[in-house]
Amino acid sequence: MTELDQRPNPDLLLASIAAENERARRGKLRIFFGASPGVGKTFAMLSTARQLQAQGVDVVVGIAETHGREETARLLQGLEVLPRRNVAYRGHNLSEFDLDAALARKPDLIVVDELAHTNAAESRHPKRWQDVEELIAAGIDVFSTVNVQHLDSISDVVAGITGIRVFETVPDRIFDGADEVVLVDLTPDELLQRLHEGKVYLPEQAERAIQNFFRKGNLLALRELALRRTADRVDEDVRDYRRQRAVSRVWKTGDALLVCIGADGDGARLLRAAARLASEQEAPWHAIYVETPTLQRLAPQERHRILKDLSLAESLGARTAVLAGDDAATVATQYARRENIGRVVAGRRRPQRFNWRPGFVERLAEQAPEVDLLLLARNSVHKETPGADEARSLFTRGAWRRYAIACTLVIAIAALAAPLTSALDLANIVMIFLLAVLFAGVKLGRGPAVLAALLSVACFDFLFVAPRLSFAISDVQYIVTFFVMLAAGLITGQLAAGLRFQVRVAEQRVTRSHALYEMARELSAALTSEQIVEVAQRYMEHAIDAGIVLLQADLENRLHVDNAALAQGIDTGVAQWALDHGEEAGFGTGTLPASRALYVPLRAPMRVRGVLCIRPNTPDWKPTPEQRQLIVTSAALLAIALERLHYIEVAQQALLQMESERLRNSLLAALSHDLRTPLTALVGLSDTLVLKNPGQPAEYAATANAIREQARRTSTLVENLLDMARLQAGGIKLRREWQPINEVIAAALDARAETLRQHHVQIEIPEDFPFVDIDAVLMERVFVNLFENAAKYTPQGSVIEVSAARREEAGRAVVELAVADNGPGIPVGRETWLFEKFTRGKDESPITGVGLGLAIVRAIVEAHGGSARAENRPQCGARFVITLPAGTPPDMREIENA
Amino acid sequence: MHESGPASVLIVEDDPQIRRFVRSAVETEGMTAFEADSLKRGLIDAATRRPDLLVLDLGLPDGDGIELIRELRAWSNAPVLVLSARSHEEDKVKALDAGADDYLTKPFGVPELLARMRALRRRIVQTGAQTSPELRFGDVVLDLARREVARAGRPVHLTPIEFRLLSLLATNAGRVLTQRHLLREVWGPAHAEDGHYLRVFIANLRKKLEPDPLRPIYLRTEIGVGYRLSLNDPEA
Repeated sequence: MTELDQRPNPDLLLASIAAENERARRGKLRIFFGASPGVGKTFAMLSTARQLQAQGVDVVVGIAETHGREETARLLQGLEVLPRRNVAYRGHNLSEFDLDAALARKPDLIVVDELAHTNAAESRHPKRWQDVEELIAAGIDVFSTVNVQHLDSISDVVAGITGIRVFETVPDRIFDGADEVVLVDLTPDELLQRLHEGKVYLPEQAERAIQNFFRKGNLLALRELALRRTADRVDEDVRDYRRQRAVSRVWKTGDALLVCIGADGDGARLLRAAARLASEQEAPWHAIYVETPTLQRLAPQERHRILKDLSLAESLGARTAVLAGDDAATVATQYARRENIGRVVAGRRRPQRFNWRPGFVERLAEQAPEVDLLLLARNSVHKETPGADEARSLFTRGAWRRYAIACTLVIAIAALAAPLTSALDLANIVMIFLLAVLFAGVKLGRGPAVLAALLSVACFDFLFVAPRLSFAISDVQYIVTFFVMLAAGLITGQLAAGLRFQVRVAEQRVTRSHALYEMARELSAALTSEQIVEVAQRYMEHAIDAGIVLLQADLENRLHVDNAALAQGIDTGVAQWALDHGEEAGFGTGTLPASRALYVPLRAPMRVRGVLCIRPNTPDWKPTPEQRQLIVTSAALLAIALERLHYIEVAQQALLQMESERLRNSLLAALSHDLRTPLTALVGLSDTLVLKNPGQPAEYAATANAIREQARRTSTLVENLLDMARLQAGGIKLRREWQPINEVIAAALDARAETLRQHHVQIEIPEDFPFVDIDAVLMERVFVNLFENAAKYTPQGSVIEVSAARREEAGRAVVELAVADNGPGIPVGRETWLFEKFTRGKDESPITGVGLGLAIVRAIVEAHGGSARAENRPQCGARFVITLPAGTPPDMREIENA
Repeated sequence: MHESGPASVLIVEDDPQIRRFVRSAVETEGMTAFEADSLKRGLIDAATRRPDLLVLDLGLPDGDGIELIRELRAWSNAPVLVLSARSHEEDKVKALDAGADDYLTKPFGVPELLARMRALRRRIVQTGAQTSPELRFGDVVLDLARREVARAGRPVHLTPIEFRLLSLLATNAGRVLTQRHLLREVWGPAHAEDGHYLRVFIANLRKKLEPDPLRPIYLRTEIGVGYRLSLNDPEA
């Protein structure tokens, strides 16, 4: 049964098929990868592009840096180069890659040099790799170049080797997601040789630093890194291939990695290391930030840095989460168990002087013994950010008052207790002081409690312990009293502060969820979009410290932007982008970050309903996790509310439509009844005239017959008018079944036997002609009308031929049915016009009719997904051809044998 | 063919002019005519007069003619000829399924009306006189008892299903049988929606029995409704 075991996991196969489909629709990315500048990436890229162009591929150069080198510039000759976009920025004139021009030009392949490039401010995306992503998403193949030190996960390793920090980086997922990576390799010696010959471009101002960079040791290390990174990728390709071929199972659960981000400023390094580990082992990884009371006390800058770390983690491919709890280790353990994570990556703890509590790692090790712990080295020098210093300073502004209260309290107690020295035992006086310390701890927080404890000890010693009015102590046992007081102050202060903090956090949480609940409740009651906007503004604007504008999308996915919104500085283009891509854009995101507002798409179950525009009140606005959560949740609520409104509208319209359809139908029915009844009487009574009076002269019978004929003709006209009215109303419900076409034709001939009495009808349809999927009643009308037409416009004795054939048309099988005659034919140039309503072959002719017959033919045939046309036959006469989709008729032989 | 005794026809129709010419057509055939202008009146007359045949308009001012057919069928087998408008195929099918025997599309001429009435009366007469096991149309002879079919004296081979279909149509000759009815009777209720089964076999029967299968004169199609075996000479 080994074969069974070797079968690929269906989920994985599906995933790889889905990825393949995704890739097929998207453009392909080929990266020319090198160890350092000067190895010839651009040269290799342009050469390949030229080869492809020679093979007929539509190649355009979006941007290519020749760095003034002639060899490379020569390669550009004969290639179409897109003009660059000129941007004036802080007095400099920058020329940038023009993304919109490239998208509009839409070549098969575009060359975009320097993937890691940072775009000028005001560009759509801050990074060029984001431009490339959009090109690929638009189905354009892209060639690009990147050096190893620009890879996100490697950049800090390179910085460690070369001492030069690179800020232009490309996320690893772009590199790993590329369809092909071509390593452009050059040995360090050759590279140095080229450098000496001046073949490598060096910007002058940084020459020194770059000379440092191009040391042989550096180059060797970089080359190794590049080779290894490429090898990793090839390895992945091989594994991908093996998965498809089911050579072996690769996946093991519990391989996932978890990184906890802390406040110690080393998060980014930790994340990069984890990303490297995860990609080497092809394991998913998670990054979480546990917000504990301690961490919530951090300064805003500190928290922003943590949020930045989280978005870095996301861009490195992690799943991220912000969790709240008292103890980071407990929350991390719970998260790891829930997500089935087997390994936790943590940074080594900085040695601390007062180590009276086990650190995160120790606690985690204790709580989650089943988890592997990976400890990473940390930077030897840790620099505190100024923000952190500020946060730790005791004397922030609001605190002053609390410390003052604590002091006053202790001094007041000392003053009150001083006269009572004789009445009270010293132990009881200690108790009173302890009360003050406890009060400070509970009401004023940890700092004031410590101050109160110290001050109490001092006062007690100074005023009550002999020798009085001196800090000296006669009895050593009072030292114990001092320590107990101090310890009590510290412990209660700490406890009470923690408690107070949790209460505050809980209160905030309750307030937040209550507000959300209230908002959801009000949104569910909203009946107009104005109400929705009002509710959203009332609940959100204060909470997120920003103004909001709601833009709704219409059915064509265009946003409606009114003047009020424009007046508030809403950028329609960015909003539309957010809507089209279903992704956030604008302020603080990866797309058009220079705009003044954040645009959040409102994704509802059916489609994106609009965009929520958030206009920060302050330019340095950065939402906290709570605010982010509020924005995300509110966006979901708003989307659902908008969708609900939409469906209310749809339901109302459907009701209205049903009502009007019912009205139309009953009107048509009444009309048809009232017109038909007198005509029936006319026909019948004229027949009766003849039958009842057999002896009358021939003229008498002829008159009766003429009346009868006219009544019949009028009846046909009425039928056609009613048919057209029904067809026009649009609601033709086809009752399609597989029908033998000759049965329908025979029925139509029967129905018009009277009219066709003077014509010869020839049916040339093979006996075993396949069935056609049609509504027989309507298709009978088609032939009735065609026969009537033929009888009307050809002289008596003409031949009417009916034929059917199957053939291919535009890659699908069709059935062609034709009614041809040998009459005078159609006036030239009127072939298509004939099918219009109220159109007749000749404007003035003695033949009666209003020209509805062929319009009905066309309407019915088109409802079947077919087409109708008229033409003149080469010899003489007209030919009316109906083309219907042939479909797949049921197997006749199977039915016959059933 | 001969008719047995003076027969009576009940005309249920709200338009007096149509009633008038139908009545005169009935009378030229030597039958007695009764008239009713509403559903209620029609039911009373059908019960009291016991007509041999009903000519019934489906759109009556006080209700749907189909109701009358349903009530009538509870106690009478008298054939019902329905008058209806084209484009109301569903109504026709409903009426036939409720127990009507045939229908005429408005406007219709007196000769068509007479032909239909004759065909229906002939069926009654035949049923009354014990259906003969042998049935003829054109040069085809169908022997129901011996399950044999001959055309121009030569035996024709029919598959069991073809025979069942043909004998069902033949025993109801002149009547329109709806597609659902035929499918249920021949193939069973499970195939009541498989219209193409029926059409395949009808086409086969036509190939074997009709002089020109492309323009059948016996096995007639009632588009959107069903089939009928017509014993009338097509020119009549």
